[in-house]
Amino acid sequence: MNTASVSLGASVSSQSRFMQLALAALLGTFIIGFVGFSHIEAVHNAGHDNRHSMAFPCH
Amino acid sequence: MNLFRNVVFIAAIAGLVAGVVLACMQAYATVPLILKAEVYEQAEGGYSHDHAAAPTGAASGNAMSSAAPAANSMSAATPAPAAAAAPAEDQGWAPADGFERFAFNVVSNVVTGIGFALILVAVSEFAGGIGNWRQGVFWGLAGFAIFTLAPGLGLPPELPAMPAADLTQRQIWWVATVIATAIGLGLIAFRKSLPLAILAVALIVAPHIVGAPQPDSFETPIPEGLHHQFVVAVTLTNLVFWLVLGAVVGVVRGRFTGTATSLRDSFA
Repeated sequence: MNTASVSLGASVSSQSRFMQLALAALLGTFIIGFVGFSHIEAVHNAGHDNRHSMAFPCH
Repeated sequence: MNLFRNVVFIAAIAGLVAGVVLACMQAYATVPLILKAEVYEQAEGGYSHDHAAAPTGAASGNAMSSAAPAANSMSAATPAPAAAAAPAEDQGWAPADGFERFAFNVVSNVVTGIGFALILVAVSEFAGGIGNWRQGVFWGLAGFAIFTLAPGLGLPPELPAMPAADLTQRQIWWVATVIATAIGLGLIAFRKSLPLAILAVALIVAPHIVGAPQPDSFETPIPEGLHHQFVVAVTLTNLVFWLVLGAVVGVVRGRFTGTATSLRDSFA
């Protein structure tokens, strides 16, 4: 990777780097899943307009 | 966990900015259309009880026996007075119309923005990172194609009271389409191989050959024009959201690293 010198946290080992980035992506997926895909009624109603406007499957 | 902390910090700022921008656009572009559709949704509840022009509480009370077939799928199982009082699908707590509803919409947009930003930043770091706002715009275009365009082809943005297939099946199709499109675009952008590019096209097309889950009936009280307007508004607001999200990630990340690689260096 010729761009490694300008990457974030370039000093960490590649394995740790992978784990931390994977963890961040997993956290993001979890957040989207909760806001956009949760079947809990109150969560659905709170984010109702957002769900429709983001074209998440709704109702 | 230094890297993780940096990723979360950048994603939080980008998600906050893009989420607030999106919520403001929605307040003018999409939410008024949703409110209009909810009027049709409530009127639809009235149609099935009484064919008088103005549905009243008294009229809806005696009407379950004469409910029109197929007109209202949601409220058919619930007692009629409840359907007359509230939008058909509403059960349990919901924010009050007006400021409370707007505030909750802003919050959900910011949270959604942070979620998408986390995925965007993490994935782009694997590819060398978003060096500046211009690279961010390109990453934003990819995010728009993956999360809005591709699933929107099979499952166009819906307004309330529009017919739709089983929710879980649609969610599975949505997620599968997003993953297939993301892998496809990734192969095209980062692998200089013709066979892999062909595989990428196949991956992007495959979910649409399988086809999105469709409702049994397309009958809806929502006018075609209103729905079309909504599809355009959702698509454009999401485009701007993704461009802003990517650009802000590029700017904030540039502050962190202090340097900016050119798009040409990292992309091709």
